[in-house]
Amino acid sequence: MAIEKFSKDHEWIRVEGDIATIGITVHAQDQLGDVVFVEVPEVGRKVAADEAVAVVESVKAASDVYSPVTGEVIETNGGLSATPGLVNEDAEGKAWFFKVRLSNPAELDALMDRAGYDAFVKDS
Amino acid sequence: MAMNTQGRPTAPGTTSSTEIQTYTGNRGLDHEEPLIFEIGDTGRTGVDLPDQPKAQSRLGGLERGAEIGLPGLTEPETMRHYVRLSRKNYAIDSGLYPLGSCTMKHNPRLNEKMARLPGIGDIHPLQPQSTVQGAIQLMERLAHYLMELTGMPAVALSPKAGAHGELCGMLAIKAAHEAKGSKRDVVLVPDSAHGTNPATAAFMGYRVKSIPAMADGTVSAEAVRAAIGPDVAAIMLTNPNTCGLFEREIVEIAKVVHEAGAYFYCDGANFNAIVGKVRPGDLGVDAMHINLHKTFSTPHGGGGPGAGPVVLSAALAPYAPLPFIRKDGDKLALVEDAGAAGDAKPFGRLTAFHGQMGMYVRALTYMLSHGTDGMRQASEDAVLSANYVRANLKDLMSQPFGGPTGDRPCMHEVLFDDAWLKDTGVTTLDFAKAMIDEGYHPMTMYFPLVVHGAMLIEPTESESKQSLDQFIGTLRFLANEARLGNDKTRFKEAPMLAPRRRLDETRAAREPRLRWRPATPKVAAE
Repeated sequence: MAIEKFSKDHEWIRVEGDIATIGITVHAQDQLGDVVFVEVPEVGRKVAADEAVAVVESVKAASDVYSPVTGEVIETNGGLSATPGLVNEDAEGKAWFFKVRLSNPAELDALMDRAGYDAFVKDS
Repeated sequence: MAMNTQGRPTAPGTTSSTEIQTYTGNRGLDHEEPLIFEIGDTGRTGVDLPDQPKAQSRLGGLERGAEIGLPGLTEPETMRHYVRLSRKNYAIDSGLYPLGSCTMKHNPRLNEKMARLPGIGDIHPLQPQSTVQGAIQLMERLAHYLMELTGMPAVALSPKAGAHGELCGMLAIKAAHEAKGSKRDVVLVPDSAHGTNPATAAFMGYRVKSIPAMADGTVSAEAVRAAIGPDVAAIMLTNPNTCGLFEREIVEIAKVVHEAGAYFYCDGANFNAIVGKVRPGDLGVDAMHINLHKTFSTPHGGGGPGAGPVVLSAALAPYAPLPFIRKDGDKLALVEDAGAAGDAKPFGRLTAFHGQMGMYVRALTYMLSHGTDGMRQASEDAVLSANYVRANLKDLMSQPFGGPTGDRPCMHEVLFDDAWLKDTGVTTLDFAKAMIDEGYHPMTMYFPLVVHGAMLIEPTESESKQSLDQFIGTLRFLANEARLGNDKTRFKEAPMLAPRRRLDETRAAREPRLRWRPATPKVAAE
């Protein structure tokens, strides 16, 4: 079963084997409002943990999306740029942003599980 | 006694509140103005030009074959179109303009009179310098006062806006680092900064590192010390900041920055709060832009071009861009050429010519007509106005940094958040839109980003007490309505009385239509 983790910057990450799928949380899209633009990274890009690698823009604000883990981008959800509204409809499902091949799985330990993230959102 | 024999009614008739639909779409004398392309006709023209014999083309077959479809209008049609559009504009000349961090102050008509003097209005930037000595002297005077007011030894006049000034200051900082062979790639920016600060740093290839503010809305020297390192080129700080608060640890922050070998860029957008009170040079600032169009009353917000001169510290002065003014005996020269710069090492130039002459004239007029005491009083009055608004609204609207009783003084602008709107169903956006129906331009909303549902109000010193009281009365009325919740339509449907209702910003962003096309194409090809 996939491991599901969350970052303080409101990204979700689902890991199967050494492949991590990353997107923004339902809470994040709710805070952003209607998403009107998404930019995903290029395949092959090496990313460091906490590096800004994608962009999500709503009517209200433009935000960076960070990679919670170090690795190489192996696939991106190219369709998002044409249908940015998908982020509002299915943030933690079809609207994933990019997939990374993990180079340091130990980084996952520093991230929150769902219960931890829910508590984090409630407190903030 | 003369009787009213014409049968002219002397009392208004009974009115009905139902909105009537007019044949024209006009609302009384408020015209529903179409686009100019929808009025014009390619077959019509406002001028009678003689027929030209067909000239021989030298474009090698690249000539445009079809009509280009420019609208033809008569002169009265053209006049009416633009006059009608201008009547839909909201300007500081038509009402209070409370946009925070924008300093929408009155542009005195004396400024306009001076800018139109023939010796100033009719000169050309390509004239020989010997024929425009007066204009260069005027620039030199303005430069002198800007240096005097900021306590800085140099100024670059040419930047044409605040963000352009940021670029100028940061280019000087980059040049200074390069001259020392120092490779630094990080710029520190507090999270309450103007959005243009991180944008400028990123545009120049720097990595932006954000510094969180303290719970009281200001930046601590401690946080800067924690973030600084040998890779940091500069910090970009706004003071007073966009929460309307004076950064009290600024001197200590400057010390931390300088000890690390970095430079201190101060965003001068809010200089109007401190003119004649504080000199940024005394605080340890290395570069700061001054928005002449804010602090020194030259028009902006659709009313005219900006001007963002940058004052520089002694460390950065050698890198100031071309052109700059040099005294040559009793003559003044604009140095336009790096080869003639002498010891100076200009990083380049930012503008084709020397900047916005018209704005220099207006700003200098403002300075001379106000005097030192007048400029100081303008700052005091701007701060007083903001605090008057704050004190009169604090019982109804919540302040994020107002302290436990909401009595913490602000500088030139007062910041509210949307905590007081919680559970009312009314958002900051709804509240701002409702202000339009009351005849006010909304305040800055959802900025600064660090505050939820921010409403940032900067009344400036231009408003009389009567004007402020009416504004406060309006906000109090709306705030009470929002709290009572009896009539949500007033907020949710607003604006109801503007020429256009609320725009669908999402659709505008997702499906932008950037070009008008006729319903039935009149034009064969482009």
